[in-house]
Amino acid sequence: MSPTTRTAAPDAAATATADGSATAAPHSASVPAKAPPQAPTETTRPEAALPKPQSATAPAALRRRVAHRLPRLLLGAVTRSVAVVALLLLWEVAPRLGLADRTFLPPFSEVADAWWGLAADGQLADNARASLVRSFSGFGIAVALAVPLGLLIGWYRPVADLLGPLLEVFRNTAALALLPVFVLLLGIGETSKISIVVYACTWPILLNTISAVRGVDPTLLKLARSMDLPAHRLFQKVILPASVPTMFTGIRLAGAVSILVLVAAEMIGAKAGLGYLINASQYNFAIPQMYAGIITISAIGVAFNQLLVAVERRLSSWRVPTGG
Amino acid sequence: MPEPTHSVPTHSVPTPFLSTTPAPTAPVTPAPKIVFEDVRKEFAAKGRAGARRGGAVTALDGIDLEIADGEFFVLVGPSGCGKSTLLDLLGGLARPTTGRILVDGRPVTGPGLDRGIVFQQYALLPWRTAQGNVEFGLEATGVPRRQRPARAREFLALVGLRGFEDRHPHELSGGMRQRVAIARSLAYDPGVLLMDEPFAALDAQTRESLQDELLRIWQRTGKTVVFITHGIDEAVHLGQRVAVMSSRPGRVKRIVPIALDSRTGTDDLRSSPEFARHRHEIWSLLRDEVARAQELEKEEVSA
Repeated sequence: MSPTTRTAAPDAAATATADGSATAAPHSASVPAKAPPQAPTETTRPEAALPKPQSATAPAALRRRVAHRLPRLLLGAVTRSVAVVALLLLWEVAPRLGLADRTFLPPFSEVADAWWGLAADGQLADNARASLVRSFSGFGIAVALAVPLGLLIGWYRPVADLLGPLLEVFRNTAALALLPVFVLLLGIGETSKISIVVYACTWPILLNTISAVRGVDPTLLKLARSMDLPAHRLFQKVILPASVPTMFTGIRLAGAVSILVLVAAEMIGAKAGLGYLINASQYNFAIPQMYAGIITISAIGVAFNQLLVAVERRLSSWRVPTGG
Repeated sequence: MPEPTHSVPTHSVPTPFLSTTPAPTAPVTPAPKIVFEDVRKEFAAKGRAGARRGGAVTALDGIDLEIADGEFFVLVGPSGCGKSTLLDLLGGLARPTTGRILVDGRPVTGPGLDRGIVFQQYALLPWRTAQGNVEFGLEATGVPRRQRPARAREFLALVGLRGFEDRHPHELSGGMRQRVAIARSLAYDPGVLLMDEPFAALDAQTRESLQDELLRIWQRTGKTVVFITHGIDEAVHLGQRVAVMSSRPGRVKRIVPIALDSRTGTDDLRSSPEFARHRHEIWSLLRDEVARAQELEKEEVSA
């Protein structure tokens, strides 16, 4: 009797088979007893036992599963939207009941109406396009600049020592405080607007990239060193993939910042853009149109964030799921 | 617990043992695989305690070792005795202050793929599957891209992980992760396997089964293994020779050859009388060192 058969550890099943003749078939016989929960599905999969029975029962099973889950999914959707719906209701009701001045806070239905009007005559699309082009170019340039710079600063101590104090000064200077400077130096056109977005987006990306590189598991670095990996391979195969999750936190923050800063910039001097739309509407006393612009901006912000969350999830799916 | 006097008779018992066993278990080859020549390692001391002692802490001193090709060599010692430092030196991750280390007759000047390290914390790339992690080792050695998948699967099968190739590390148990790490080190075919307390983080049953597995793999591949542990049972079970290290500065106190008939054949090797005798010998050698190491630690904390 081999000593390994006594053991009852989760991976002892694999040991037992490997100890004798390492064949795949005994796995399915020995694993289900005390294997980790994922093991049975994995061990049956290569034997091509799944496709046939599944194709016969799949539609029924799927329907049953959906029917089973539907109430919970609905409940979830209701729970998540209840607060937003309540806000919209309040917005609708408060002006009508005279709780708020109807001139300055028109009911939501009027705002929706105005939004529809703006959308129909193309104003909304034009202004949104102008804003998105600026904000995406700024955001893209910031990612292209800040990620490599962050990798460099995070990895090379001397670079960090050299640039650290300067970064600290800029980081703590509010981007909007510098807006007049940008306008003076770069004029009132696209350049200054995109530049201010680049500037504001750079910091969250840069700082998170630096801390991502510094936070790479030291045992992985030791492993790479023990394998005599050249520097560029170390970056490509270890540091970069290990940094992606933390880096993406910064990129997501930058996404929000890019819209925030741009709208402010457009309010100060622009001939198009959602910030301009809001400001111009206010000057012309087209209050419902002003609110329609605000709603559009928050919708774009939410959508952009969701997009980045989806990309982030895809790129860091390997991360240990925390909290179940 | 036995009184100090108990160690006297047991000390005398292994002596005839020592003189007779080296020939069958560790055949003396003309050219040893690994040689340590009077190796000494000092570290620049950190903190107040070190500063007062003149700025340097001696981690290892006067290490002379010869490890034969294909030998399973175990280093055991109290915590902080410099075991891991010794392995880092052998792995080329650090340089000795004086003395030199030879592998295959050539001095170690840096890390290299002729020595594979297995870490206690597995050091798996969490974004790669088991398969991908083994291939990582192959990428470094320049194995052609098309040969990598087959070779990786082969080595995963060798460590008993067939069917788990597509799992990410977080989907595997601790024992399975360490198997992946072992497969990765074996896959690029280093002559020497350096193992730094690889099973210390595992539960007792998993550890035992992995010890047996490691012996099987060692016998099958013929690698030279240098294995660090603080477990006496583990040392006796695995090692052909066990070097007992003293507390700081780390020196080799004694090298104990282990004579066990067959490591994998018997039912319960750990309860055999030879096993108990070796265990007790190493335990006695270590006991004073552990006490001294604890004294040193206390001094350092209160200093």
